Amino acid sequence: MNLVTELANPPPAKLHINGVSKTFTTQRGSVHALDKATLTVSEGEFVCLVGPSGCGKSTLLNLIAGLDTFDSGTVQMDGQPVTGPGRERMMMFQEHALFPWLDVMGNVLFSLNLKPGLNKQEHVEVAKYYLQLVGLERFMHANIHELSGGMKQRVALARALAPNPRVLLMDEPFAALDAMTREQLYVDLQKICKAREKTVIFVTHNVREAVCLGNRVVLFSPNPGRIREEFIVNLPRPRDINDPALAGMAGEITKALKGHTAKPAEE
Amino acid sequence: MKRLLLASLFFIGLILIWHFIVVAEIWSPVLLPGPASVGSYLWAAATDGSLAEASWVTMKRLMIGYLIGCVIGLPLGMLTARSKTLNDTLGVLALGLQTLPSVCWVPLALLWFGQSESAMLFVVIMGTLWSVLIAVDNGVRNLPPIYTRAARTMGSNGFHTLRHVILPASMPYVISGMKQGWAFAWRSLMAAEIYVTLLTGYGLGHLLHFGRELNAMDQVIGIMLIIVLIGLLADKVLFSPWERFLHRRWGLNG
Ligand SMILES: Nc1ncnc2c1ncn2[C@@H]1O[C@H](COP(=O)(O)OP(=O)(O)O)[C@@H](O)[C@H]1O
Ligand SMILES: [Mg+2]
Repeated sequence: MNLVTELANPPPAKLHINGVSKTFTTQRGSVHALDKATLTVSEGEFVCLVGPSGCGKSTLLNLIAGLDTFDSGTVQMDGQPVTGPGRERMMMFQEHALFPWLDVMGNVLFSLNLKPGLNKQEHVEVAKYYLQLVGLERFMHANIHELSGGMKQRVALARALAPNPRVLLMDEPFAALDAMTREQLYVDLQKICKAREKTVIFVTHNVREAVCLGNRVVLFSPNPGRIREEFIVNLPRPRDINDPALAGMAGEITKALKGHTAKPAEE
Repeated sequence: MKRLLLASLFFIGLILIWHFIVVAEIWSPVLLPGPASVGSYLWAAATDGSLAEASWVTMKRLMIGYLIGCVIGLPLGMLTARSKTLNDTLGVLALGLQTLPSVCWVPLALLWFGQSESAMLFVVIMGTLWSVLIAVDNGVRNLPPIYTRAARTMGSNGFHTLRHVILPASMPYVISGMKQGWAFAWRSLMAAEIYVTLLTGYGLGHLLHFGRELNAMDQVIGIMLIIVLIGLLADKVLFSPWERFLHRRWGLNG
């Protein structure tokens, strides 16, 4: 069956980012957004990038997505250089970026319609599967403006998952949501990641969120954007954001983060 | 149902007031004919076919010119939004010409095209083109870049992005621009028809003009009513469905 193969989990990808630098040049001068970033992400890993705003986290994510070019270094997925956007790397943005002229189903179908191989009927079935996965199958025909912020991000997640990418890139997807909604999403995202083995890179400035979701937490510091330190998170899953052990680890990481932000990087 | 009833009452009331003013003979019935005589003119014009023919001539000019204006304005607006050079040249020209009341095109059209259908079309196209161009330009320019970025990650590019992202995303602007273009085209065509007599076909504007020449006030008012009706109808048929769609999809503040 076509549909069965479509919904099967593809092997998660391995990412290798080596000495990547990026400078933005604007009228007001140039910004050294990313300085020789090196990061290796193994298959199926959930990596959280943490740092104050302006330290190049989104820049790095955009480079991996293939949305922007970089000045030097290499970005490789499974040994192949990343040269542009691709369906095996899907991105979720802080602003939901859903298309208001389409309903919920239409938005999820948008990414599927661009994927060769399945017919219309199968597209609809795949879309329904992912809407069910994020718990929104009942809102299939709703308009985007009728959804709450959390529901919008769920649709955006379904849309990103729909072409069955191997890497999921998430740029502060929950930053604009209230705490209650976020907590439910932590639970659900962990479930979904368990069901749909992906390699995930998740950007946040919320350390607790990072410890709750990630296998690994990578710290950034600004001016220029640099990767400074890594923490492995070995807490058992599923994790609860209010777990004291998790809070303890988050405290430790926050302290380290403050240290990096306070003193400028030595040249 | 209640709304329909209220609306009917309102218009029946208007006609009654009109009727009583005429009956009171405040003005000479030559200057202000009553609803009955306007009605009988319209009935006569409808039965002898002259009304339908004039409406058809006018609508044909309007439709053809409007379509051409939209078809040219849409892609040009996209281009000016995308290219700095085009924006500084064509964009500025469009902005300037859009402020020109489209009636002002009539003398030029007559000198260029003579008293012909082409002159009429030209006036309608000039009325439509610039507002459509500017609206599309605005829509595309104000497009949140996140839409095209998101589309790119999903594998959309080139014509697909244009057709499935940029065009629908700028729809609120495009629709309001097309509506404005329609209004301008309609006004300028009426002005052109009133001032220019064409042997190739008498439109509603001509009937209005002849009504004045003949001092036939019932004809003047009757044709004015028809012009208002057509404007209303166009709004309801051409634009209301789109506006309802926008409202439903984008929400109240969209
Ligand atoms: N398109 C751009 N043009 C100019 N400067 C940019 C652009 N994108 C990001 N920057 C700058 O690069 C730096 C890093 O930005 P970003 O990667 O968005 O940080 P973060 O996501 O960690 O908050 C910031 O100083 C930002 O102002
Ligand atoms: Mg960012």
